Amino acid sequence: MSIYVDYAATTPIDEEILKSMLNSADKFGNPSSIHRIGKEAKAFYEASRKNIAKRLNAHPDEIVFTGSATEANNMVIRGTADYYERPHIITTAVEHASVKETYQDFEDTCDVTYLSVDKDGRIDIDELKDALTEETKLVSIIMVNNETGTVQPMADIKEVLKDSGALLHIDAVQAFKQLPVDTETLNCDFLTLSGHKLHAPKGIGVLYVRRNTHLKRLITGGSQERERRAGTENTLYAYAMMKAVEKADENREENTKVLRSLKETLLKELEQQEVPFEVNGDVTTQTNHIVNLYFPWTTSEYLLTALDMAGIYASGGSACNAGTVQPSHVIEAMYNEDRARSSIRFSFGEQLTEDDMKYIAEKLKTIYTKLGKNGFI
Amino acid sequence: MTNKDTTVVVGMSGGVDSSVTAKLLLEEGYNVVGIFMKNWDDTDEFGVCTATNDYEDVRLVAEEIGIPYYSVNFEKEYHDRVFQYFLDEYKKGRTPNPDVMCNKEIKFKAFLDHAMKLGADYVATGHYARVIHDDDGVTMLRGVDNNKDQTYFLNQLTTEQLSKVLFPLGHLEKPEVRELAHKYDLATKDKKDSTGICFIGERDFKEFLSNYLPANPGRMINMDTGVDKGKHDGLMYYTIGQRQGLGIGGDGGPYFVAGKNLETNELYVVQGDNHEALISTSLLASDVNFINPAADTFECTAKFRYRQKDVPVTVKVTGDDQIEVSYESASAVTPGQAVVLYDGDKVIGGATIDKVFRNGEALEYLA
Repeated sequence: MSIYVDYAATTPIDEEILKSMLNSADKFGNPSSIHRIGKEAKAFYEASRKNIAKRLNAHPDEIVFTGSATEANNMVIRGTADYYERPHIITTAVEHASVKETYQDFEDTCDVTYLSVDKDGRIDIDELKDALTEETKLVSIIMVNNETGTVQPMADIKEVLKDSGALLHIDAVQAFKQLPVDTETLNCDFLTLSGHKLHAPKGIGVLYVRRNTHLKRLITGGSQERERRAGTENTLYAYAMMKAVEKADENREENTKVLRSLKETLLKELEQQEVPFEVNGDVTTQTNHIVNLYFPWTTSEYLLTALDMAGIYASGGSACNAGTVQPSHVIEAMYNEDRARSSIRFSFGEQLTEDDMKYIAEKLKTIYTKLGKNGFI
Repeated sequence: MTNKDTTVVVGMSGGVDSSVTAKLLLEEGYNVVGIFMKNWDDTDEFGVCTATNDYEDVRLVAEEIGIPYYSVNFEKEYHDRVFQYFLDEYKKGRTPNPDVMCNKEIKFKAFLDHAMKLGADYVATGHYARVIHDDDGVTMLRGVDNNKDQTYFLNQLTTEQLSKVLFPLGHLEKPEVRELAHKYDLATKDKKDSTGICFIGERDFKEFLSNYLPANPGRMINMDTGVDKGKHDGLMYYTIGQRQGLGIGGDGGPYFVAGKNLETNELYVVQGDNHEALISTSLLASDVNFINPAADTFECTAKFRYRQKDVPVTVKVTGDDQIEVSYESASAVTPGQAVVLYDGDKVIGGATIDKVFRNGEALEYLA
């Protein structure tokens, strides 16, 4: 038995996407070359950009291809923080590491405000209002949390920032597959996406930058991406990214249904099996592809190992280089460190079945029962 | 139960010994799982977590021999149960043995529990010791490699703990283990053995300790003459019988540490090998652990520190958790260290040395 329930970490490459990549491999030219081979590649590459722009309700010149969403988030934060003189920046306590740790680098040269979250993982709009000053240049918000699926109140955030001078940076990596992502509706200035969360290969990300926005560039050495990111264009991966964005956008409603039923089945089965657990956050408003569960009777480190031995692949917190689990800063921000140490994340893809969910619940029951019988609970 | 149905969790450190341990068990048909323990968080001068390389070696060996591998974090348990004890003992002027404590509290308690929770039937480590499970229960024997025997550090393991333990290297000599590592072409076959206390590593001991305990320099006094021999760096830096690092001499024979006075913060030194002040004839010890039931009084042999030759002793149980061990004569028996009792190759048990006497009179090791 082998059940992968870690789709928020990464997804398998879609077969159709992989095939279409291979079929396009003849467009090998360097898009910056002025000969015909280069121009063919350029046309192929720009078509990907154009389609992604359309899906995001943006202009093609607002789309920058990057090596990853981590890189894109770095570009936004470093490129903005370095552009202004000691700017004030607002972010949240529950960002992805690519935002959180990048801000840690600027704590000496910028004024960084970290917004707290409630037990549902959501920011308090009044706290944002209070934090906002004339010096605020950038607000970074994760639209859908990668550990809990919590959705931030984007419409309210937009309203608060409307008349301010602050730029809005949205990490939409986990959001895109679950919710409509429209750069005009969101009224954002930066938005980031990742290919491998959408069944494209690893190594491709997208950065949306609103027209006429200042951004100091990070990678120099060529005029690619309108001087926003140097380096020979990754034409094939950009193509895969485009395909992945299209597919996710087109199948969103259908996928959501499948994912919701998976989540509901897992929770229902766990209750039936009488495995003690609590959902972290508000399950009714979280996206359907993630559910983060607190198991008060054990630790995430133990449970992840036991589940792995049973062929169930989930996650929780972040792994250090020595393979041990660091408790999730997101669950810690919502609750406390102890709860974070006993919580794990299941994240779903539409390839999973309800039987898989039943199997997971049964295995958790077996683990729970054995621990109790052997006096470990 | 056949080996195939027996799950053995191997504590893999990324060293050659535990690598060979895992491979040998696999050869014997056991269902083997490797788990790396992270007990201490430290980064080297290049910002790399020191556990990273060791875990990388665990991964390499596990992939090579084809076993699942995992990692578990016991930093908190290690800090609370081993490191705190280590500091407390130094504060008391004693010389702790963190390896004994690590085996008792971490490797064969926290880790053993973790493995049992994961469905292990046994836990195995690369220790040089033998454990025999039979109808009589459990017996621990010295490793056949006299030079590597690690039973001294395992003396606090209870019968219950040992009943779930395998030491596959106990019947091998170290060079044979290296040879096996080469034979199986394991990634760790040429890896240097780790030395010293795990959390200190290659660092300077004095400097390390000074990060945690305030050094309190004082005077060094010749115990025989009362002559002030200069400054000492802090009592915690010295152990009974120590010769190196005193920075005195040149007036006829080397000096040795013979005692500490915590009240006056004086370090007592004596001149010459086998000085009477270092010689004892009995000791009192607590944290008594008998692996197999023992009589109230019995004769056996004992080690007072690692790698020392056995000394014939008489053991008397003198209290609820106290034994008196008497012997003809031994030098530099040190409070805080373990006294481990043997009957031939068999380990009877062990205890922690508290007080040392010469012909019934307490030595001034700790005043």
